[in-house]
Amino acid sequence: MTEKRHIISLLVENEFGSLSRIAGLFSARGYNIHCLNVAPTNDESISRMTLVTLCNDQKINKLMKQLDKLVDVVNVKDLTEETHIEREMLLVKLKCKKNQRDEVKRLTDIFRARIIDVTDTTYTIELTGATEKILAFINSFGQIKIIEMVRSGTLGISRGIESLEVNK
Amino acid sequence: MKLSGSEIIIECLKKEGVEFIFGYPGGAVLHIYDALFKSKNIKHVLVRHEQGATHAADGYARACGKPGVVLVTSGPGITNCVTGLATAHMDSIPMIIISGQVSRQYVGSDAFQEADATGITRPVTKHNFLIDSRESIAEVFKKAFTIATTGRPGPVLIDIPKDLTDPSVKIPFDYPKKVNIRSYNPAKNDSKEKIDQAAEIICNARRPMIYTGGGVILGKAHIQLQKLVKKLGYPITSTLMGLGGYPCSDSQFLGMLGMHGTYEANMAMHDCDVLLAIGARFDDRVTGDTSKFCPSAKIIHIDVDPSSISKIIEVDLSLVGETSKILRTLNNSIDLYKKNIKTNSIKKWWGKINKWKATKCLSYKKSNKIIKPQSVIEKLYEITKGNAYVTSDVGQHQMWVAQYYKFDKPNRWINSGGLGTMGFGLPAAMGVQLAYPKSEVVCVTGEASILMCIQELATCLQYRLPIKIINLNNRYMGMVRQWQEFFYEGRYAMSYMEAIPDFTQLANSFGHVGIKIEKPSELESKMKEALSIKNRLVFVDVITDQKENVYPMIKSGQAHNEMHLSPTNKDTELA
Repeated sequence: MTEKRHIISLLVENEFGSLSRIAGLFSARGYNIHCLNVAPTNDESISRMTLVTLCNDQKINKLMKQLDKLVDVVNVKDLTEETHIEREMLLVKLKCKKNQRDEVKRLTDIFRARIIDVTDTTYTIELTGATEKILAFINSFGQIKIIEMVRSGTLGISRGIESLEVNK
Repeated sequence: MKLSGSEIIIECLKKEGVEFIFGYPGGAVLHIYDALFKSKNIKHVLVRHEQGATHAADGYARACGKPGVVLVTSGPGITNCVTGLATAHMDSIPMIIISGQVSRQYVGSDAFQEADATGITRPVTKHNFLIDSRESIAEVFKKAFTIATTGRPGPVLIDIPKDLTDPSVKIPFDYPKKVNIRSYNPAKNDSKEKIDQAAEIICNARRPMIYTGGGVILGKAHIQLQKLVKKLGYPITSTLMGLGGYPCSDSQFLGMLGMHGTYEANMAMHDCDVLLAIGARFDDRVTGDTSKFCPSAKIIHIDVDPSSISKIIEVDLSLVGETSKILRTLNNSIDLYKKNIKTNSIKKWWGKINKWKATKCLSYKKSNKIIKPQSVIEKLYEITKGNAYVTSDVGQHQMWVAQYYKFDKPNRWINSGGLGTMGFGLPAAMGVQLAYPKSEVVCVTGEASILMCIQELATCLQYRLPIKIINLNNRYMGMVRQWQEFFYEGRYAMSYMEAIPDFTQLANSFGHVGIKIEKPSELESKMKEALSIKNRLVFVDVITDQKENVYPMIKSGQAHNEMHLSPTNKDTELA
């Protein structure tokens, strides 16, 4: 069976050990975590986690049941099963010589990114978009050297009225 | 009412109806022990090693269905519990483990006897808590008991820093009657429509088979199960954990299935066209090669845990919910479809099964020179009339009990099935004996296993627990030796037990009775003598055949119809 990318969205109790319980389940049962994001929500007792994993259909079914079984998990959903929006944020610091600055500015405009910090030798750029757009941007730099970069990991949300509810 | 953290803990346990705490004191729990000392209602059982406490609480829970409670200190106290927690977790046994933690100001500083209890036990508990305020103690206890005993049961650990148990700080106490955990909702029972669908499939079967597991016992579903099986007239088999859920001496029972299951049970599994699995989890010791598992069967699975459904074997229809409730509805549904039962096909099916039965796969070569281990279990069954609570350790002796002791009632067969924990038998028997002080409790063990928790003999003396230990002493780690004979050309690496103690003297030195049996001719009389001593622990050391193997056997990864029978079944001998 072929592996597919799944974006799993979880609401978890904002409690001691929740993150480690979920991360532990992945390692104990042999699943990979491609990226992971966790932050509080409007309800301060709950955190929302977005997690990307590569899985075949059979394995994802088992994983969803195992996640649902964890006592800290309030609700869980595989966003890739429905229409959804995904975004990721990139912060990248480039080493920019004088003669490269125009090129970087041009690329930034093409990708609708923003330059958020400048020194005589560096440009720091912010970009938001789906993962493919982030990767395309990173691949466009050519000779321009990346000093460091940081990605938020994928964030996802359902389209329309659908939502991940607190009451299952 | 204003109470200290320690007093709150004791009050919570009282409110939950806890009779026994199995534990061992230490620095971080001294405040709690002081509160316990002043309280009269709860009996504390002092074990000699924390592992013993967990197995004793586990045995207690398996025998009487109530959660077992453990109290240990921080650091080594809790790390010694890990094996016992994993054992209970694998077999879904309800337990509450209270572990002391260093005071909050020292947490994370590598303080004396500090260990990350919740971190270490996370994968081997159903859930765990680190208490961070006095005010939350009562609520956490209510949550812990709720989680441990509902849905698919399991052990829950509560880690409590010492400063929160300080006797000088008192707060108001109120134990909640109910607690709502929004993130914890055991699965609701599946609909009647789905159960009807199952009933129809079951009643239309030509070669049906019922396969049950520990879920029947944990879910207290044995009465509904017996109704169902009698109503249908179908054959039934059970996993190691499910023995006793259906009377083993009944003619419809084909014996245990799986790696050391009977020929008839495994062949019937392989050939069946409808399989009804109840409270069983398709463990690898049961299924063998999953690609050849019940190749022509429609599979229906009843289980309390949705994550067990299609975990190992894809099933055709699943009924999730409390086993006893699902079975009750199923029994009603069967009445609607009963007229469909294909009486002739079922008769033919029984004909086939009876031919398999005629193989007498559990026959073994008798001897009057050397004691055959199987004969010891048969004798035990005879003398106790099948009424004893039997605990075991892990290995050959465990399989022989499963094969030759016919449990007719649930909760009587107490063993570590999932994790396979050597050292489980003796402490588990303590828990059982405390739960049922007047009943006969026997621990069948081997000379390797018993040494893993032998220190508990002291506990048995302290609480006057008249357990009968039957030690099948073959001077080998029997099951390891058997695998080495079959799969490693008889290279017996490290499986011979050199320097074995004299068990009768060892028992004596702990203040118990020791009896040694060496000859087949004295087996019956000495066993009877041992079992007639009602008020003392008797350690019966039985010197058995060194080379006996457990048959039948399906090698790891083979199919149900690829069994190896005992050498006494010459025609079918494959090993």
